[in-house]
Amino acid sequence: MSTPSSFDEFLDGLWKQNPIFVMVLGMCPTLAVTVSAVNAISMGLATTFVLGTSCLLVSLLRHAIPKQVRIASYIVIIATFVTVVDYAIQAISLDLYQALGAYIKLIVANCILLGRAEAHAAKNPPLPATTNAIGMGLGFTLGLFLIGCVREILGAGKLFGVALFGDHFQPWVVMVLPPGGFFVLGFWLITIAAFRHINKKRNAQLQGAQP
Amino acid sequence: MSDTQEINTPSFAMVRTLGLVSVICGIIIVGVYQFTLPAVNANKKLALERQVFKVLPNAKKVVPYFATGSGIAVAEDIDKAPAGAVVFYAVYDVADKLTGIAAEASSSGYADQVRILYAYDVDKQAITGIGVISMRETPGIGDKILTDKAFLQNFEALDVRLSTDLQSLANAVKTVKHGTKANPWQIDAIAGATVTSKAVGRGINESAQNLLPKLVPHLDQLRINEKGEEGRVKGNPPGREGRADGAGWTSPFPLHSSQMALNSSPFSSKGAHA
Repeated sequence: MSTPSSFDEFLDGLWKQNPIFVMVLGMCPTLAVTVSAVNAISMGLATTFVLGTSCLLVSLLRHAIPKQVRIASYIVIIATFVTVVDYAIQAISLDLYQALGAYIKLIVANCILLGRAEAHAAKNPPLPATTNAIGMGLGFTLGLFLIGCVREILGAGKLFGVALFGDHFQPWVVMVLPPGGFFVLGFWLITIAAFRHINKKRNAQLQGAQP
Repeated sequence: MSDTQEINTPSFAMVRTLGLVSVICGIIIVGVYQFTLPAVNANKKLALERQVFKVLPNAKKVVPYFATGSGIAVAEDIDKAPAGAVVFYAVYDVADKLTGIAAEASSSGYADQVRILYAYDVDKQAITGIGVISMRETPGIGDKILTDKAFLQNFEALDVRLSTDLQSLANAVKTVKHGTKANPWQIDAIAGATVTSKAVGRGINESAQNLLPKLVPHLDQLRINEKGEEGRVKGNPPGREGRADGAGWTSPFPLHSSQMALNSSPFSSKGAHA
């Protein structure tokens, strides 16, 4: 495998291997905290921070960690940065902290993190490892944001807390309830899959035209 | 041990690595904890302040107290309440006059505990406002307890007068079916959100039945503090130790925010500010 440029590494997570829409990882926070755009972005950025820092540390220590204890070491490292984010969010805003609730602490169980540490950071030098991790994190943020926007607009008639419609708007309450999370996630999965399918077909046709 | 492995890692190397990783991580966590602690505490203080200001708009100073069977005392550390003590907040206005009492009430609602802060007006012997500390009630249904104007009218003057023997409320606070409120101690439920409405009524009743008999006989103590200020060396009245910092809070002020923080609701913050 040729080494991809660091920009490609970055784009990988953002689009080609988007953790939510392509790998379908980290579904727990995806469904739970996306009731508003602000919550979604905060959750995404918190995860991005944990991904970036833990992958950097894993990558730095990759020669020092024996194979047998690697998972334990990764989890301790990930848990550390989750704790850091936990304190940081408490210090920034208690409201946000309450809104995100247990899902901050549950970042540690998010399979994107261990997946990145094991599949990428443990085999690559710090720079590409961090780039890839941050790309993945931002891809996750993008996914959460898309879901959060739709749910906030339909379920509360607002975006970023600003009312979009007049008083006559009747909120579609189910959208901010758990089922709404599934509906909107399904909608985006279908839309993006269809988009990819069409793209693939077009590429195939183009290639077929000039054999 | 790991004979099948190509490289046979000695156990010592594994222990050393795990130890090293733990030490690095421990240092990071302790560092960040120390660094963020002041900001976290300030935030928790603000969160309560905002709730108190909402139910008592004249509030300027808040002093936490413990009420026990034998009397009331300034709470030096709110986390170290003696057994059976009830926490309440004496709230003073700009002129250091006692403007009301704030206390917490909680009861289980539709989804989880509904925790509210209510304001008790000493002169009217009535509850004059409520605010939500945390809840996970259904958005658009249960959270109407914060937005429904007709429901909030219940708390313009909800009668919580004590009976003549000062042992309990003269009339228990009760949530009644929508449209059947007949007495000032009843709460008219919201149609469609009866469970949440009832939780509010039940919570207030329990808290008031518990707190007010302990508090009302000693109300003068709260007022003596306020009057005594002129005569005393300024800045040293009981319960005002926090004044020097300008905010008028006795510190530290961890309050219930520590519990609030545990509430894992995606909706609670929405509820808390509506």
